[in-house]
Amino acid sequence: MEKIIFYILAFIIIIFAIASVSSKKMLRSVIYLLFVLIGIAGIYFLIDYNFLAAIQLTVYAGGVIVLLIFSVMLVHHIELELELATVSKRILVGLTSLLGLVIFLTTIYTHEFNVVENTITTTTEDIGLGLLSYDVGGFILPFEVISILLLASMIGAIIIAKGTKLTNKKNDTV
Amino acid sequence: MIAGISIYEILTVTSILFFIGIYGFITRKNLISILMSVELILNASVVNFVIINKYLYPDILQGVFFSIFIIAVAAAETALAIAIIINLYRQISSVEVKDTEIMKY
Repeated sequence: MEKIIFYILAFIIIIFAIASVSSKKMLRSVIYLLFVLIGIAGIYFLIDYNFLAAIQLTVYAGGVIVLLIFSVMLVHHIELELELATVSKRILVGLTSLLGLVIFLTTIYTHEFNVVENTITTTTEDIGLGLLSYDVGGFILPFEVISILLLASMIGAIIIAKGTKLTNKKNDTV
Repeated sequence: MIAGISIYEILTVTSILFFIGIYGFITRKNLISILMSVELILNASVVNFVIINKYLYPDILQGVFFSIFIIAVAAAETALAIAIIINLYRQISSVEVKDTEIMKY
């Protein structure tokens, strides 16, 4: 049963990822990306990391996609078609990506992984205790650093997006 | 871990996702599309962290912590990038890469 669900999810992820990077319409491309992200959340549910799946759904499917749709709405007409790269360039890049993929896959398949059979369930409590632990292997310092980073990027985004127009700036300096 | 699915199959899926992201990153000519390709690449790496943690070291949680940090950094990066794109659009009325040549302030 889990096998079938995994194959369906993998199929959805790959098909919609290809559609997302090759679609000509901007808004459709964002929606295809949304399906990819939801498929990845499905994989997290399947391997029993419920907390990560919830983060994926709220941060990516909730936050990032809304930001992207918002910016697409601001800067594009809804029926505007994207210009694509030339056919020769697309074929060249596709072949290069395929070559890289083959190298990746040969490396992965020739490596012996020491897989540990387990059915351990991770609760949110374990994740919280690990994040806030002062002991060896605890993550309290990166946790605080990431909170400062989020605050700084929020303030930076507001200041940059508020910026003045170039013409006004010229007038000011004259 | 997923019953009946080996680690190789999941790593195959994430590798394919990663290279689709790279293909989009190179061929797209629009700033927002390039940002979406970066999201694909980041997601592939996050899934790799989680899968390797679950299959190889199930009794520790380092991979989960790292993926939480990657997701936080990706969200911050997206917010900043979209702020820059909107500001750029107000100045040159375009988000195509070929028109973007006034990034110096």
